[in-house]
Amino acid sequence: MTLMQMLRAMVLALVLGAALPVLAIDAERAFEDPALQERYEHINRELRCLVCQNQTIADSNATLAQDLRREVREMITAGKSDEEIRTFMIERYGDFVLYRPRMTPVNFLLWAAPVLLLLLGTFIGLRFIRKQAAQVNDEGPEAGQS
Amino acid sequence: MLKFGVPLALFVLLGAFLFIGLQRDPSYVPSPLIGKQAPEFTLPSLQDANYPVASKELLGRPWVLNVWGTWCGGCREEHQTLVAIARTNAVPIIGLNWKDDSAAAQEWLRTLGNPYAVVASDPEGRVAIDWGVYGAPETFLIGPDGKVLFKHIAPMTMEVWTREFLPRIQAASAGAPAPSQG
Repeated sequence: MTLMQMLRAMVLALVLGAALPVLAIDAERAFEDPALQERYEHINRELRCLVCQNQTIADSNATLAQDLRREVREMITAGKSDEEIRTFMIERYGDFVLYRPRMTPVNFLLWAAPVLLLLLGTFIGLRFIRKQAAQVNDEGPEAGQS
Repeated sequence: MLKFGVPLALFVLLGAFLFIGLQRDPSYVPSPLIGKQAPEFTLPSLQDANYPVASKELLGRPWVLNVWGTWCGGCREEHQTLVAIARTNAVPIIGLNWKDDSAAAQEWLRTLGNPYAVVASDPEGRVAIDWGVYGAPETFLIGPDGKVLFKHIAPMTMEVWTREFLPRIQAASAGAPAPSQG
């Protein structure tokens, strides 16, 4: 494959990749009302398809994902709020069903870990730099001569 | 000494975490239903659509709910184990025939044997969603008070049955008025 071909393939992949989220997996729109359709798709994108774990129910055509989309559709039609729909899913499938984890005492560490690790890294880094600086200062005069 | 001690300790800790991670099954999703009241259902019986199967009627004794379908390979795998378990008469096994073709399911029971006290038919998968089912076969143990005691995801084996289910059934039966044969 020449460089040109490779570039062309990459651009094509990018364009196609960007177009993908626009495609709804349902054969037809779930709602006439664009606002409801938007809500429907938004909720679907936040719920995990548990048989295929690394896909949302918006991406998957597994039968379970289809069934869960049907539940979401029916709950929206019944006038349930997004929060009620999420609660419905969590009660049945647990927190794992959410793609974006909630802040709960159990997964607090999950949310805090990046900040804690950053602080720890900064602390270790600073200490290291100070030590080096101290060493350079100590050896200052001789270091210049060697 | 300390210079190597700290990185070594960190390395061992990380290694331990990764090692434990290796033993875990990432596809296992713990059920939020454990310890909670089992979702109620009333569904038509697989064998006779006019005959309803109601979970309420099972209150007062431990029972098992086994989610299966003829399309499910793991269900075929565990079927003879279920038949063997049913022969021990420890608890009634209720089948939940999940998104299946009724004729195929009945044929399956005729040819492979029927371990179920009764089979509830859930062609739309609504009851399965209420129970948080995501991959058949799944087997739930429900206590006499209607609470979910345990859930096993994967084909049932005699080992799992004797290790996880039997002790819980015995404990649950001990608290409740003893069934006729103890």
